[in-house]
Amino acid sequence: MITFEGVTKRYPGGTVAVDRLSLRIPSGRTTVFVGPSGCGKTTSLRMINRMIDHTEGTLAIDGTDVREVDPVLLRRGIGYVIQQAGLFPHRTILDNIATVPFLLGWKRGRARGRARELMELVGLTPELAKRYPYQLSGGQQQRVGVARALAADPPVLLMDEPFSAVDPVVRASLQDELIRLQSELHKTIVFVTHDIDEAVKVGDTIAVLRPGGRLAQFDTPEKLLAEPADDFVETFLGYDRGVRRLSFFPARQLRLRTHALVPQTATAAEAGATAARTEEPWLLVLDGERRPRGWLAAARLDPSQDHAPVDPATPVGELPLTSYGHVFQVGQDSLRAALDAAVLSPAGRAVGVHEDGTVAGVVAQTDLGEAIWAVGNEDDGTGPAEGAPDAAR
Amino acid sequence: MPPDEPLVRWDWVLSHLDDPIGTQLAEHLRLSLIPVLLGLLIALPLGVACARWRRLYPPVFTGINVLYAIPSIALFFLLLPYTSFTDWTAIIPLTVYTLSVLVPNVVGGLDQVPAHVREAATAVGFAPVARLLRVELPVAVPVIVAGLRVAAVASVSMVSVAALVGLGGLGQLILTDGFQRQFPTPIVVGIVLSVALAFAIDGALVLLQRALTPWARGRAER
Amino acid sequence: MNLFAEFWAWIGRPEQWEGPAGIPVRFAEHVGYSALALGISALIGVSLGLLTGHTGRGGFLAASLANVARALPTIGVLFLVVLFTGIGIVPVLAALVALAVPPILVNTYEGVRGVDADLKDAARGMGMRGWTVLWRLEVPVALPLILLGLRTAAIQVVATATIAAYVGIGGLGRYIVDGQARREYDMVVGGSVLVVLLALAVAVLFLLLRRYGVSAGLRRRGSGVA
Repeated sequence: MITFEGVTKRYPGGTVAVDRLSLRIPSGRTTVFVGPSGCGKTTSLRMINRMIDHTEGTLAIDGTDVREVDPVLLRRGIGYVIQQAGLFPHRTILDNIATVPFLLGWKRGRARGRARELMELVGLTPELAKRYPYQLSGGQQQRVGVARALAADPPVLLMDEPFSAVDPVVRASLQDELIRLQSELHKTIVFVTHDIDEAVKVGDTIAVLRPGGRLAQFDTPEKLLAEPADDFVETFLGYDRGVRRLSFFPARQLRLRTHALVPQTATAAEAGATAARTEEPWLLVLDGERRPRGWLAAARLDPSQDHAPVDPATPVGELPLTSYGHVFQVGQDSLRAALDAAVLSPAGRAVGVHEDGTVAGVVAQTDLGEAIWAVGNEDDGTGPAEGAPDAAR
Repeated sequence: MPPDEPLVRWDWVLSHLDDPIGTQLAEHLRLSLIPVLLGLLIALPLGVACARWRRLYPPVFTGINVLYAIPSIALFFLLLPYTSFTDWTAIIPLTVYTLSVLVPNVVGGLDQVPAHVREAATAVGFAPVARLLRVELPVAVPVIVAGLRVAAVASVSMVSVAALVGLGGLGQLILTDGFQRQFPTPIVVGIVLSVALAFAIDGALVLLQRALTPWARGRAER
Repeated sequence: MNLFAEFWAWIGRPEQWEGPAGIPVRFAEHVGYSALALGISALIGVSLGLLTGHTGRGGFLAASLANVARALPTIGVLFLVVLFTGIGIVPVLAALVALAVPPILVNTYEGVRGVDADLKDAARGMGMRGWTVLWRLEVPVALPLILLGLRTAAIQVVATATIAAYVGIGGLGRYIVDGQARREYDMVVGGSVLVVLLALAVAVLFLLLRRYGVSAGLRRRGSGVA
């Protein structure tokens, strides 16, 4: 655990970068410092490994005051990742990763072996080992930066806007990779960003800082989105926090309807009967393995409508179907994903699938609406289901 | 040299202010500035051409580097049979030396004109030559002047060596008035004036750059 | 007059290659003075450059001193020191060191100071001490510029070591001085061409040093200041 108690950074000129910051950063979790520029988030991070020394208060790692430790030894036990990766241009990728093991006096072979392991861990192919930083893409360089920080297996990892210099697609994949790594490694990660979406995505807890270096709110992402402490936090979170908050509620609580599913071998006549019985305007046609094939409009099957007549004996699989858009995974996705699937679906309904891709059922807009409305009224203590934030990723 | 000889005899300095001190100083200034001006005259079109036709640059750059590796002292002597004791014996080697500083700086200066500035100049309707003269070269001035400063200081310092092949300037003061008569005063005067001259020219070039680039005022100069 | 023909004729005479006035002896003297002067200059220039570049202090003072030294007329330094110490190696070394320190010092300082602040931050953040940052990061990254400074200095030193002959301690300049005195221009040409060849050899040597001494991760980067 990293504890800040009334930690202040006051520069000789009188400027206060961080103002009486008090918070406890839990071990084995990811804590994000987020806020606009000038809020002291990077300063707060850099005080942990004493790249900057605080001027008042106490900052301790697992009960040891950082000021009582030689900063150099302190830093060797803390991983550090910065924005531009900061890779040494004159060293190969492998030797960049092995930097801290070399500093710790490991034997060459052991350090390089460890570096090779880490390359694999962060998803770098072995042939990159002998390359130099300039030969790598920005995303690859950042992976090397993470591997280098992890090389000596430090319990604490400090990440200062590590992904802000890469394009959005690469950034998203690096974030996913970090989440995956963290689920295996359980490091105490302190992550600085100015991007609230990134904070919500990677953080187990989020500290929102306001200009002047004061803590505005320290909470789980879900709590933050549901109950911003004040106008500053609310404005900083942005206007669609309601929709984003749906990420923290599991889709499995949704009611799934299965009565309007038809196999592709069913005839048009049988499908017509199902449509008439259920009064559903859209039927979902499934293939032989119960995977979705597409939507069939019930109106197409109604002989009273003036379409080109459909032969009642034709299997529905041979009729023109409307694309089913994208689906959500019932067991893993959040309400937000389900809502997104419904909004994008031409039928206005979201298709829920199991992990193996087979259809679990269809969510009608009315059911979705009720679930969302229920979330909005759940803040009386019931909250999201236990473990939901993890499931929602 | 007598053991009680002072470093500087002020009475000698005062009585020889006009000649040889003044005349050699003027000669020194002339011999060191001509190569810089000639070098600039050659380096500007050559550099512009290299910046425009990129393929020209590698051979030109290699050529300049080889010329640079040819020491100017050796060139003084190699030229003697051809140019004998005319000014050209000093001017040619020093010009060659200034080229090795100036051409890369002209090319580098033009290279660092931001692409958006160049495009904007084209977009508002500058023809290529006008764009070069009125946009690109002015933007490149700080880098070109930086090269001129290095070249000028080096030229002032090196022209003294030309005394060894019998040419004038402060080197003559040092060699014939000082060394050959075992008299330190002219040597000290020569050294001090040479350094002072280098700094004066350097200062003048800084002022020139300020005058040419009023937009850069206030920014750090180096 | 054909320069190359003169040179070939002069260098081809067997007596040039023997005795205390022969090419091997003169060449060794020349290279010896140059190497000694360059070694002293590197010691002064590189260590001052590393110190000022690493700490960021005294850089202005060092650059100003280097500028004054750059402006010093070499023969002035040479002859002034001769008047006080007499004929010998000291005046030659003094003049050559004054010539060689500025480019080494300035390039080393610029090279170390120019190392990306992010890299230094990363190095410190991983727990490198000041000395480790200097040796493991700043020196290797600044090496192309340091070598450039050494090359500039070495070429100037090799060329200027010619002046050793004017204070009577030999070197290739001896041919130039004697040739001038005796009006034997083939001798002047011979000495000068040997100096030029030596300077070119130094240039090639530094090309090789750069090729094998500088990390491949840096080699594509630019040249720097002269």
